[in-house]
Order: sequence, then structure tokens, then C-alpha cells
Amino acid sequence: MSISETTREQAREIIARYPQARSALLPMLHLMQAEEGYVSADGISLCAEELGLTTAEVAAVATFYTMYHRKPAGEYHIGVCINPSCGILGGDAIWEKVSGRLGIGHDEVTPDGKISLERIECQAACTHAPVMTANWEFLDNMTPESALDVIEKLAKGKEVISTRGPRIRTFKENSLTLAGFNDGLVDDGVQADEQMLAGLKRAKELGQSAPGVKI
Amino acid sequence: MTLTPVLSAHWDEPDSYKISGYQRHGGYTAFKKAFATGPDEIISIVKDSGLRGRGGAGFPTGLKWSFVPQGDDKPHYLVVNADESEPGACKDTPLMMANPHSLIEGIIIAAYAMRANHAFIYIRGEIPHVFRRVDNAIREAYAAGYLGKNIMGSGFDLEVVLHAGAGAYICGEETALLDSLEGRRGQPRLKPPFPAVSGLYASPSCVNNVETIANIPYLINNGVDWFRSFGTEKSPGFKLFSVSGHVNRPGVYEAPLGITMRELLEHAGGVRNGHSVKFWLPGGSSVPMLTPDLLDTPLTYEDIAAAGSMLGTGTPMIFDETTSVVRAVTGWISFYKHESCGKCTPCREGTWWLSDVLHRFEAGHGTESDLDKLIEICEQIAGRSFCALGDAAATPFPAALKYFRDEFIQATSTPANVSFDPVAATVFAGASL
Ligand SMILES: Cc1cc2nc3c(=O)[nH]c(=O)nc-3n(C[C@H](O)[C@H](O)[C@H](O)COP(=O)(O)O)c2cc1C
Ligand code: SF4
Ligand code: FES
Repeated sequence: MSISETTREQAREIIARYPQARSALLPMLHLMQAEEGYVSADGISLCAEELGLTTAEVAAVATFYTMYHRKPAGEYHIGVCINPSCGILGGDAIWEKVSGRLGIGHDEVTPDGKISLERIECQAACTHAPVMTANWEFLDNMTPESALDVIEKLAKGKEVISTRGPRIRTFKENSLTLAGFNDGLVDDGVQADEQMLAGLKRAKELGQSAPGVKI
Repeated sequence: MTLTPVLSAHWDEPDSYKISGYQRHGGYTAFKKAFATGPDEIISIVKDSGLRGRGGAGFPTGLKWSFVPQGDDKPHYLVVNADESEPGACKDTPLMMANPHSLIEGIIIAAYAMRANHAFIYIRGEIPHVFRRVDNAIREAYAAGYLGKNIMGSGFDLEVVLHAGAGAYICGEETALLDSLEGRRGQPRLKPPFPAVSGLYASPSCVNNVETIANIPYLINNGVDWFRSFGTEKSPGFKLFSVSGHVNRPGVYEAPLGITMRELLEHAGGVRNGHSVKFWLPGGSSVPMLTPDLLDTPLTYEDIAAAGSMLGTGTPMIFDETTSVVRAVTGWISFYKHESCGKCTPCREGTWWLSDVLHRFEAGHGTESDLDKLIEICEQIAGRSFCALGDAAATPFPAALKYFRDEFIQATSTPANVSFDPVAATVFAGASL
């Protein structure tokens, strides 16, 4: 499959954001994933052409970063955090359940291409452990049951809402967001949730505040 | 010590992430004050405040800014490190989700002070909703005339670009971040030259953490004395402490530096009911673990160092007695092995060896001589690696062995998941699996 002209134009828009063209490479690779669901040989060629690099130079970058897939990701790319703060609090058990139910392991995709799985590292959300992600949107405070429920809903095309974010969209759609194209979803989800507000709530209960703060 | 919400003071208002929410409480007045004050004076204020970088190393922020040469012809760059990936750290992410405008206003002031007309926010790619919030804040700031050309008639121009990474912990290391931002593999650079002299595009650059920069508007508006009324002489100010692990109310707690872990733990509802603290880490997996007898240590750079650890990112993780130390350490080491960028041999090879041998312990097949082997490998990595990731990888095991040698001995015959029922350590322990 070759990359569309629209994508090529979007790649040029990304390049225009930077003082030096090559800085556009990471968002451009996200853009390639937005079109193809992975970084294909064609995607690499397009980046190389637009940036005046060799395909080897682009491939060297693409293979360094774990978010770039070398074969198509599932429509829903599921991450289960197994870094100790999550793993010990339940992430390891969730991984076993989810992987067992789907019959696939780390870095694998279901035969229908719907779901891919990844054992992920800390997501800057340990206060919400155990944490999962769907196309990198937060699914906080999971249990084995709620994890299986999410998987089943996504597999059947039913709506799943991120615990701190929008309705889960496809891997390709979210890749476009990360390439820096506004999806208009900023107002979805809460501004802050229970764990984020835990300290503020406690301070208010105790009548504590920062003295004299202006702003 | 009391809680002191500053950065987090208005997160409970529904539009806290919007320009309207930020301006309701005086947001975007500090940069105007800064423009009236002048860049050199701003750097002096930041120096006098004693603000130390919140990214982990605690380097004095004003001093770092002053290293950016002035009066040269080169463009200067401010790069915000929003890669938050240190295991345990979850403070920049909530800040950017709930209050991104404090970061944007901080960027305006910092860039003005170091005479940078271009700023980048390098945000980890795995947090798209946070990306949206920061992206929107940038758009709102441009629309209000706070970013762009000749901001508010000041003659100062500033472009801000939000840039998503793609999954690599090492890109949080500031020179690897710069390589990544230049469209390369994220591998650390040899220092010197330091970024202040030759950073992004070989130009003078400054890399600062999100929380560091978000402090700036509050400091400028409220002054040095106010800022120093929080914390200690060597660790002034307040901090977003994310408290995670086996506590009743995990979450973000903002308090002065110098609050003790015991006080913070109490705010977080204490350790899970019916359990007790076994070990805790003050600031991420890259700092040595500590034991419960040290819970009264004030959370400052100097006190935590004296207690044998490091404040790091100031994001404590607490584990109770259901936790296998062997399992936790094996997990963290697997992380460093996964994230080692491969540039230097001690870290690339050493993390594989550590992980290999620790997995033997986790499975109950370690030997006592393996313990010496592990220490030896840590010694080969620490201080001999190209960047601080290697040192971090060599940190968890020696501390764990110091406090919990018995558990490693037990793991020469019994698997960790037999010595410690993994179900008991989960948040859903008791519920049916
Ligand atoms: C492996 C590694 C990962 C790091 N990750 C981060 C990070 O995610 N965010 C951050 O601000 N600093 C991180 N740092 C520290 C940065 O190198 C740098 O010290 C910091 O961004 C400077 O900002 P500050 O002076 O405001 O603290 C990391 C360091 C290392 C060695
Ligand atoms: S210490 Fe590790 S992460 Fe750092 S340069 Fe060496 S191999 Fe890369
Ligand atoms: S360990 Fe899972 S989010 Fe930090």
C-alpha cells in the first residue's frame, strides 16, 4: 500500500513546525501509523524522501522506539502495565487473564486484527494502579473482571470510555492525534479525578492551604 | 506539616485546564510582571528562590538558566522535559492534565529570561489525553496573544511546539531527549559540552522538568520570601508528591519540602488497613529503598540523602508486608534492561545479567554465590556507565539486599510467589479472581 497524498501533505505540515526538518521525524512516524496502523516500508520511504534521509537512517530511528509497530497493530492496542507498582498491585494477574482470554502474548495481534497486546512499563499513573491503556488512553484502577469487560466490548465494537479521557477510538485515529493534528476531544473526560484531587480534598477537609498565595 | 496546594489549588474546578480557569485566579499576570522586570533580574529571582529542578537531580534552576550564554548570536532553546517515565512518578502528568497553563506561562517567563525565542515541550507519547490538554493550552495562549510575535507589545517573540515522543524511558535523560527531538535515536550525548553551551541544534539550550517550569509563575507573582517560606534552606518550596502503592488513598498531595513520609502517609489514609509498611522509595525506582524506621525522615534533598537514599522525583511508593522484595526488584531491573539504550557496554550487558540472575531468584533457584555476583555486576555498572540510567539500574538490588538479605536466601530454594502469595498483594485481594 502506498501512502496517500493527504498524508504526504500532512507530513509537510509537521516539517514546517520545526526550525530543522529532521525534528519532524518522530511525529511523522506517528503519522505513518495513522495511515497504515504501523510503520511500513512505504512509510519509511516517505519520511526519508521528505527529510532527505536514507531509508536506513529512518529505519534506525523507527526501530528504536517501542510505540512504532513494525507489523500492523490491532485496531485496539491494549497495554497492561506490569512495572512493579502496577504489577504487584494486580497488573500481573490482569495480564494473565487478558492474555489468556485473547490467546495472544506480548506484541501479538488477534487473528481478526482487532486487538493487539503489550506488556507496558510505568505510565505515570501509579496512583491509579493497576493501569491499562487502550490506544494509550488511560484505563485506571482495573481489576481482572473490568479488564476482561473492556476487551470484550472493544472486540465487539462497543463503546468504551477512558477513565481519564475520551471514548476509545482506533489506533490509527489516536496516532493522528500524537502527530499533532487536533482531534477536538480536549474537553472529554474529567479535568481531574479522585486520585489527582486526593491532596486538595484532604487539604480542604483539614482547612489547610498555602498561605498568601496569589495566582 | 500541613498540605499546601499551590500548583494543584484549583484542580477541582471543571475548567481548571482552560485559560478561563487559569485566569480566574490571576494566571497570566506573572509573565507581564516578568517583562517589566527584565531577563537578568528574573534569573536572579529564580536563583535567590533556591528552586531546585523537579526532574530528579535537584539541580538549582536559576544557576542552570545562568549557564545559557547571553549576548551571543546563536538562537537559544528552552526544552521542557515532559517525558515522565520514572517508575513511581505521576506528578507532571496530572499537572499537565489539570493545569497546563501554569506550564505555558512558566515557559514564557523562562524563555524570556534565557532569551530563547523557541520552546519545545517533549511529552511522552503514551499519554494522548494529556497531549490534548497541553496542545489546547498552547492554542489558547496563542489566541490570547501570549505566544507568537511581539507578545503584548514587548518585542519578545516566542514559538512553542508540542512534540510527542514514542516510548523510550531514556529520552527523559536530557541529552538523549535532545537527540530524540532532533529526529534521532534517543541516546545520551557525551558531556561536556553541556546543553547550555551546545544543546538542541548545537545551540545554547536549557532542559527543565514540567513541575520546575510550572513553579515559575507562582514564584514571580508571590516573590522569593513567600517561596522560601515553604521548605528548608537547601530545599525551598513545595512539591507535588504522588503517593502510590499499598496506601488507602493513593494520589497527588502537594506539600512543602520537608514534610515527613509519615505525615504524607497519614494524609494518604495510611498503609492499607490491616497491613504495615515493609519498604518505601522516596522518589522513583532509581533511588534506594528505605525501611519503615525511616518514615520520619523529612522529604528534602538533604535529609533523604542522609538517610541513604535520594529524593529523586519526590514521588513515594509504599509497599506493605505482602510484597516480595525479590519480585519487586526483579521487576524494576527488567524495566532497566528493557530501557537500556545499548550505547555503552556496562549498562547494556550488565542489565541483562542482573535481570537473568534475579529471575533465577524469583523462580527460587538463586544461589548464595549469585548474591555476590549481583553485587559485582552492580559495581561494574555504577559509575562506569555512560549515563545515569546505568547508575539507576545498579541501585535497587544493593539496597534490597542490605535490608532483606533473608528474602534472597529464601529465594535460593523457594519461588517468590510461594513465599509471598501474589494475590494478597493486589488491590483486589479478597475478591474472587
Ligand atoms: C534515564 C533518565 C530518565 C529521566 N527522565 C526524566 C523525565 O522523565 N523527566 C524529567 O524531567 N527528567 C528526567 N530525567 C532528568 C533529566 O535528565 C534532567 O535532569 C531534567 O529534565 C532537568 O530538569 P530540572 O533541572 O528542571 O529537574 C531523567 C534522567 C535520566 C538519567
Ligand atoms: S548507561 Fe545505559 S542508557 Fe545510558 S548510555 Fe549507557 S546503555 Fe544507554
Ligand atoms: S507502574 Fe503502572 S503506571 Fe506506574
